[in-house]
Amino acid sequence: MRVVGKPLPKVDVRAKVTGSTLYADDLVLPDMLFCKLLRSPHPYARIKRVDVRGALEVEGVVAAITGDDLPIKYGILPVTQDEHALENEKVRYVGDPVAAVAAYDEETAALACERIVVEYEVLHPVTSIEEALSEPVDEPIHDYGGPANIHKMAALAFGDLESGFAQADHIREDVFFYEGNTHLPMEEHSAIASYVDGKLTLWSSTQTPHYVHRAVSKVMGLPMSAVRIVATPHGGGFGGKTDPFSHEMVVCKLAMVTGKPVKCTLTREEVFYAHRGRHPVLMWVRTGVKRDGKITAMHFKTALDGGAYGSYGVATTFYTGALQTATYDIPAYRFEGARVFTNKAPCGPKRGHGTPQPRFALELHLDKIAEDLGLDPVEVRRRNYVKPNTTTVNWLRITSCGLEEITNRVIQASGYHRRRRVEGHGMGFAVASYLSGAGLPIYWNKLPHSECQLKLDRGGVTAYCGATDIGQGSDTVIATVVAEELGLWPSDIRLVTGDTGLAPVDLGSYSSRVTFMAGNAALDAARKLRDLLVEVAAESMGCSPGEVEVGDGKIGALSFEETAQLAQERYGAISTAGSYRPPDLAGPYKGSGVGPSPAYSYSAAVVDLDADSKTGIVQVNKVWLAHDIGRSINPISVRGQVEGGVYMGLGEALMEEQAYRKALHKQPSMLDYKSLTFVDMPEVETILVETNDPEGPYGAKEVGQGPLLPVVPAVASAIHDALGVWVDQVPITPDKVLKALDAKVKGEAPRFGPKSFPDIPYPQCIKVDPPHVATQAV
Amino acid sequence: MSDSIVVGFTVNGRRREVLTKPHHTLLEILREDLGLTGTKHGCELGECGACTVLVDGIPQLSCLLLPHQVEGKEITTVEGLAKSGDELHPLQEAFVEVGAVQCGYCTPGMLLTAKALLDENPAPSRQEIAEALSGNICRCTGYESITRAVELAARRMEV
Ligand code: FES
Ligand code: FES
Repeated sequence: MRVVGKPLPKVDVRAKVTGSTLYADDLVLPDMLFCKLLRSPHPYARIKRVDVRGALEVEGVVAAITGDDLPIKYGILPVTQDEHALENEKVRYVGDPVAAVAAYDEETAALACERIVVEYEVLHPVTSIEEALSEPVDEPIHDYGGPANIHKMAALAFGDLESGFAQADHIREDVFFYEGNTHLPMEEHSAIASYVDGKLTLWSSTQTPHYVHRAVSKVMGLPMSAVRIVATPHGGGFGGKTDPFSHEMVVCKLAMVTGKPVKCTLTREEVFYAHRGRHPVLMWVRTGVKRDGKITAMHFKTALDGGAYGSYGVATTFYTGALQTATYDIPAYRFEGARVFTNKAPCGPKRGHGTPQPRFALELHLDKIAEDLGLDPVEVRRRNYVKPNTTTVNWLRITSCGLEEITNRVIQASGYHRRRRVEGHGMGFAVASYLSGAGLPIYWNKLPHSECQLKLDRGGVTAYCGATDIGQGSDTVIATVVAEELGLWPSDIRLVTGDTGLAPVDLGSYSSRVTFMAGNAALDAARKLRDLLVEVAAESMGCSPGEVEVGDGKIGALSFEETAQLAQERYGAISTAGSYRPPDLAGPYKGSGVGPSPAYSYSAAVVDLDADSKTGIVQVNKVWLAHDIGRSINPISVRGQVEGGVYMGLGEALMEEQAYRKALHKQPSMLDYKSLTFVDMPEVETILVETNDPEGPYGAKEVGQGPLLPVVPAVASAIHDALGVWVDQVPITPDKVLKALDAKVKGEAPRFGPKSFPDIPYPQCIKVDPPHVATQAV
Repeated sequence: MSDSIVVGFTVNGRRREVLTKPHHTLLEILREDLGLTGTKHGCELGECGACTVLVDGIPQLSCLLLPHQVEGKEITTVEGLAKSGDELHPLQEAFVEVGAVQCGYCTPGMLLTAKALLDENPAPSRQEIAEALSGNICRCTGYESITRAVELAARRMEV
């Protein structure tokens, strides 16, 4: 490998350090208007009347629109098309948009919004999971789902639970709560639309231009061929910019109404309302184990606070149950999940989508089981690890799997078993797994998940791919793959990405899919181009293609440019295309679409910390993170993802929370929403393990999301190691540590966390035979 | 709305005069009136550090500065760091090499804050780097690589 695996700088990084990268809000179009949204001050209310006449009287205002102008509903999932760009019947959370103004400048637009009259009939808000489960005081938040304010329920049972629990020597039950938190991207969402010649173009800081393309086309009533979405260079997403958003629809509509380009940039406060962040999840788990810690059966229940709209919630619900089996061999497994609607900002996908919460619960639960049995928690994990090339009880296909090695490496590097055993100091260990891309697209079809086209002419090589670089370095991955195959440098490749008008479809930057899927599509296209060039060069050299070496800007004895010219003389215009679609991996049951992936990454963490029993303050000293990357395409970017994931995991573990007081967001500012600063961040030791995945491009797997996952439980585990108390709820703020210590002093269970799990009317479990039973039956 | 005023200052070595409103911020003047969009904003409330510029060599949050506070001052933005198109400032070079940039949205603010640090303290410790940059939030990198980049730049600038 000449460029794959080398620590080369990212292809777009010089523009970023000189300030020349143009993010969405940096774009200015001639005669552009500015848009502001008017948002609901009530968590739950019926809209009686919206009157924009006052706004239109303000000098400098060009247009004002309401929900009547945008009547078509949309949503990211086909089953939950439940959002209006501007609500016209009901508002469902503080911040729900109801009207919009376009004016010659932003200040005028904001001022005009204040002149809009909205008459509300205030309804009784639903603010917690418990409230959402009981009969609503007023009508349910949505006209679908139910009973009460339940949005979605799932119930699945794999294998023989009864006999699994019967075989157990020990059974343990625990309850956990994971508070919601938000992405807090540094860049506030921004979008600009222009409508020219009957064609609409939207530039937006989105992670998923393809899905925005679909939604805009639907809401505007335009064919997809008349809509172009350009994902601008991205100032941070983490899942927060994967839904189609109100402000995107509104600027499109206003551009069509006014005939002028229109821009809307959210304020930081609005970003907190746009949210789509981590769901708060209450969890109950019951596991049977043998004396040696081997799991015989597990029953896992979740209740998700979804906020006001569907978003990705149906998928999130299944994700709270899907990946427990991707790390541990659980012979019988039952999962029940429910998502409820509440009058809070809508939750959605954040880094780890629906899996950090159950991972937190599961890892701590196993720690407690190890303590019950008097066993080493690491050894209990090891005894249950899934093996490479197996299929789990819920039909997940496991291929490459570096669990053993990442565990050994992280335990060795950290000296976990030789740690200082003094009061106030602790170390914790946890593992996790994540998808290298969802095995199924959001809209089920047989189309490729990623496509790449290469153009070769006198201007060199250009790669076209819909993949969206959100800072994770996907442009660099595509350029590196193409350069590797053609014997060039990544910086030699021109890129056109994230643009639905110019580049072929890639589904977007979510589910850690881009390196795997766009990487494979680029590899496919590049190998075709390489074969073509090698054949031409071989002919000119009078040898067989097998004898032609590619590298250092040469194809055999010829320079790359000479070969390219010969190829064009022979074939005319030259382009090749490649695509990737994962194998069919869904199991034979409803709900099997969530969980399958062409490959799973594995991460193991050890956290070393000091916890003060007087103040409850936790000081993390160091984190060791070993990650099974399959193979690093760019080790600098991989390390960056690991460090960023550890950072975000520590934030979720210790301080980040999107919490509410009576349906009012408690911290909609960056000062009040606590996140780690430079001085809070401990040293991180990154250990990369390469397992060379058989289906990943050059063996690569994901790294964007996995490394966050084990950090949260490892922190909680280390606090227990330090102080002898369990904090079964994140974020683990000092007050929770002190409450747990209080309980210990009083002789109560030495813990802080939820006491019980509510009664939820889950449906009858769908009983699914595990693969080995099903195969025997055939 | 308030009457317009004229404010004069130097940006990246160039003397500028701008017709603006007395309540507009330096951030808005730079980005909207002067087209210097390299300076970013993450809050416009003084909470994130993304809008940091140097005013007479001192890092300041441009979202909190009003025109009368910058009258006659010398301002450096990220556009003014590199010597030329090809010759970057050592800090920029180091950020590139080490991979201290992911989305890049915090980068201009980080670079300018780090520059002010190195101008005053050419060989800072890790703790000093962390403290100097603690007002700049980055959501991507976990800060580790930024610290490495500042250390690298400091080593190179010393020799
Ligand atoms: S934009 Fe100035 S501190 Fe955030
Ligand atoms: S690189 Fe994205 S916020 Fe710092």
